[in-house]
Amino acid sequence: MGNGVLTETGSGGDFDRRNTDWYMDKVVQALIFIGGISAIIFVAGIFVFITKEGLGFILDRFDFMEFFTSEYWYPAEEEDPEYGILAMIAGTASVTVLAMLVAIPFSLGTAIYIAEFATGKTRETLKILVELLAAIPSVVWGFIGLSIMNPLIIDVFDVPVGLNVLNAGIILGLMAAPIMTSIAEDALKAVPDRYREAAEAMGATRWQVIQKTVLPAARNGLLGAVLLGVGRAFGETMAVLMATGHSINIPGSVFDSVRALPATIAAELGETAVGSEHYQALFTLGIFLFMVTFVINLSADLIVRDTAKK
Amino acid sequence: MVAGMQPPANEPGAQVEAANIKLAVRDLSISYGRDTALGNVSLEIREHEIFGIIGPANAGKTSFLKSLNRMDMFNSDMHVKGEVLFNGLNIRKLRNIYALRSRIGVVFPLPVGLPMTIYDNVALAPRLSGMKNKADLDVIVERCLTRAALWDEVKDRLNSLGSLLSGGQQQRLTIARALSQEPELLMLDEFSIAVDPVTTMRIEDVLKELKAEMTIILVTNLVQQARRLADRTAFFLAGECVEIGETEDLFTDKVKDQRTNDYIEGRFG
Repeated sequence: MGNGVLTETGSGGDFDRRNTDWYMDKVVQALIFIGGISAIIFVAGIFVFITKEGLGFILDRFDFMEFFTSEYWYPAEEEDPEYGILAMIAGTASVTVLAMLVAIPFSLGTAIYIAEFATGKTRETLKILVELLAAIPSVVWGFIGLSIMNPLIIDVFDVPVGLNVLNAGIILGLMAAPIMTSIAEDALKAVPDRYREAAEAMGATRWQVIQKTVLPAARNGLLGAVLLGVGRAFGETMAVLMATGHSINIPGSVFDSVRALPATIAAELGETAVGSEHYQALFTLGIFLFMVTFVINLSADLIVRDTAKK
Repeated sequence: MVAGMQPPANEPGAQVEAANIKLAVRDLSISYGRDTALGNVSLEIREHEIFGIIGPANAGKTSFLKSLNRMDMFNSDMHVKGEVLFNGLNIRKLRNIYALRSRIGVVFPLPVGLPMTIYDNVALAPRLSGMKNKADLDVIVERCLTRAALWDEVKDRLNSLGSLLSGGQQQRLTIARALSQEPELLMLDEFSIAVDPVTTMRIEDVLKELKAEMTIILVTNLVQQARRLADRTAFFLAGECVEIGETEDLFTDKVKDQRTNDYIEGRFG
């Protein structure tokens, strides 16, 4: 089709011709462009939607001081409802921090083992297992928190309730670890083998090669893995709803029950009338969550860019 | 620092080697799976000489170098048979191969600027062997970069990333890094592939000076480079060591094998 036969039609002749290949090229370009910007459109769309739903509350009722500094969340009070999310922020933050303390050593250790030490069948099997772990639905993790971790924590630590920061932190950590492992392993694998060879040739031991060469070279990717884990833990809903105890509380220790922001939305949204003050307040929570995750991702991006530039 | 390198007293034949033989290779064969990369090579490399190895691609030159500092360990496909004696010690029987590697500097064909600053690149080897004193490291970094003909170009930006240098500069950085090990043996594998001709000549001059301090193995695909630098030269072809001789002999009528002559004259390869 259209390979080299000169035609004299029009002023440009062959150079002006629009054949099927030319149109095909334009169509594919357009499709790829739409695919590319669809992510932006969806993000913007979600933001517009949740803002629209929450806007009424923000304009009429929203009190910055109350929202961020009060630990009382009584949206269902008839007389004087109170909308303070401080306790929920503390709940989500404490669970996320504990989850990272669990997940970072696990995921980095697994990633280093898979990328640097394991070979052949071991390596392939491990990779498949890690991906399988990542595919476990969060409600299953929540169930494990409820039915296994809960009695275990009560037994081991001799506390009255096992649904608390410790439980949710461990569950969330185990949940976030596989995806973090996967990303971290990709980052380690992306380090060219010639770096390893060069360091080995100088007499570096395996650990020195990893510590001095591989980890610094993969730093950006590893940071990305950790921040992805933070995002995962921060936004997780079902498992924390089931494992935290879901009671509003600023935790004094890891054995206190807490409530997480996303879990509040999930638990309460179904009980509210569409358009009511409570409903709009929950969407305001959603806007807050959205902005926090946006900031986490943006700062991750900036850090990665900054280190890449140096 | 050099644990495991002292000759064990009960090693038979350990001290029999003549003092001026740095490296002795006996019946060395290398194979990858079923494919033989190198067969039955025996040769001796003397102290303070530049030993050239020439030959076309797939001759087994790089595999040969890899077997000398036990880089085969990390490639489960690569099988090495035969003996390699470094300072009279069989390197297959060393417990601490890291000590062996730290005494052998390697420069790979493509430059490897490790993802750290220029300073850290050169200070890596001394640091690996436990040196911490900043002043001592400064001295080593300056000396090695100067010798590798790179100091003047980078002395004002030692803290920028080594991987951002140009290809030729990175290769000189690689050489500086190899020198920072203060190696007894320096192995260069086609170092000039990614380097411009002017820089190549500067590095060649450096190599001639370094000969006084160390033994150098120069693998090169540039026949004239071997002629300019090497005291003796070996010709590898398709896994066979065809000929070893004084470099000048290979370029004159004294060549023993017709294939060597053909390669040097440019009739194949």
